[in-house]
Amino acid sequence: MSLITRRSLIAGGSAAAATLVSACDPVAISDVAWLRPILDLGQVMSMHAQRLLLAGQPLVREFTEADISPEFPPNGTERPNGMAYFRHMMSNFADFRLTVDGMVKKPLSLTLDEVKAMPSRTQITMHNCDEGWSAIGQWTGVPMGRLLGTAELLPEARYIVFHCMDEMVRTPDNSGFYYESIDLFDALHPQTIVAYGMNGKALPVAHGAPLRLRVERHVGYKHAKYVNRIEAVDRLSHIARGKGGFWEDRGYQWYAGL
Amino acid sequence: MVASSEPNAETKAAAQPDVVPRREVMYRHTVAVRLTHWINALILVLLLISGLRLFNYHPALYWGNYGYRGVPPLLAIAALEDIDTDEPVGVTTIMGHNFITTGVLGVSYDASGEPVSAAFPNWLTLSDTLAGARDVHFAAAWLLVINGLAYLLFGLFTGHFRRDLMPDAAELRPRHMLADILSHIRLRRARGAAARRYNVLQKLAYVIVIFALLPVMVLSGLTMSPAVTAAMPFLFDMFGGRQSARTIHFVVANLLVLFVFVHITQVVVTGLFNNMRSMITGRYAILPEIRK
Repeated sequence: MSLITRRSLIAGGSAAAATLVSACDPVAISDVAWLRPILDLGQVMSMHAQRLLLAGQPLVREFTEADISPEFPPNGTERPNGMAYFRHMMSNFADFRLTVDGMVKKPLSLTLDEVKAMPSRTQITMHNCDEGWSAIGQWTGVPMGRLLGTAELLPEARYIVFHCMDEMVRTPDNSGFYYESIDLFDALHPQTIVAYGMNGKALPVAHGAPLRLRVERHVGYKHAKYVNRIEAVDRLSHIARGKGGFWEDRGYQWYAGL
Repeated sequence: MVASSEPNAETKAAAQPDVVPRREVMYRHTVAVRLTHWINALILVLLLISGLRLFNYHPALYWGNYGYRGVPPLLAIAALEDIDTDEPVGVTTIMGHNFITTGVLGVSYDASGEPVSAAFPNWLTLSDTLAGARDVHFAAAWLLVINGLAYLLFGLFTGHFRRDLMPDAAELRPRHMLADILSHIRLRRARGAAARRYNVLQKLAYVIVIFALLPVMVLSGLTMSPAVTAAMPFLFDMFGGRQSARTIHFVVANLLVLFVFVHITQVVVTGLFNNMRSMITGRYAILPEIRK
């Protein structure tokens, strides 16, 4: 399952006889409570330093069509489980609706065609996985700033939450669905788009059809796939386990600019 | 007082025949150098073990901007399964050449002798998740930069670099360099005036580590950050792409490990106690010249 996919260790080759690393972990440094503030300091300092560097909202490097990588490995979920998503696939997302709600004046409920009718942006950018690999792809989508402008963001909104259709872990309270969040600094960046096109075609299922986030100044797991609801909030503590994302709830960094 | 001390001084001088010069203790390392040295040593260990752990999550290196499973790697470490024996086999691939490295790279053995699939063995890497290893690596990287900047400022303003580290023209002459290389090969310890300063190979090694290898580590590390490269896209051009930067980061990390091995060997060979004392208390004993 996806948990194993992101943490898988072996390049090629199966390892049936071998033990997975995580199975024999003793106490990890990152679990030692008194070390937490020191470790968090790295993340906090990186965020402040990078925000200072990025104050002018420069664009990430955009590549040419010749630079697009021959393949683009899908990561995380490659097809959400359950009939609800399967029916969407069968109908080619004809009944799909993107909801934009929360702290907005005019909540939206948009069909895929309505999303595609909005002014779009196409960009060829590099996708950086926190595992270390990278790939280059072309993305077409609606800038987040445009969507939030249409929905008229309320002044108290501070974060944008992306709710996804893929359930990573079955839980009684439905907190096992993938979700992600970014702040307005990243949401309003010109290259932050909700993409429906990849490499000149419709976004494939393995890459998050029908809609995925591209938030180019962050590593891979921030780029939520299978997005069907965008919620503006003033804090993250009340969503799922309160850390701002599925992986963040499981120890990963909320700020993932590095 | 004067009268009583004079005979005393005379007997001292008489007791020390001039064929055996006095053993002299000099103050070699300032507090700033000693402190930043040990902080740096601890940080480098943390960076190495967390960095190797991070490498293990995608144990392959590429050139250019993109690189993923399927792109021909410059180096890759993998675990395969021998279908005849059901035993895992560690394979290291360098520029298309395969080497079986079971026991060290790809597959290693845990305390109970069970094979474990891991590019670098678990005993060598920080035992943590990808998120945990990233936390440790980036926190340590900040400490490296802060400690390094403190050291650089100190070195510039106190003349430490100019006085102790920069080789002068005479030292860089081929003849002098050759003599120094020979005395290193013979593991000869510096004595007298020569022991008061670093020798030229030592100076060059320190200068390369401080002004080349460590800055390259920081810059190639930053090239892997999608936020930093948004502000500084020239980093891509400097290193030839994100994956090239990752490869250079790995290679230079290995050069630093090599430096540390040679450094520790020299510390042991040229007097472990004296060297350790000088880096802890600052006091360093100068061996007398051998009279011929």
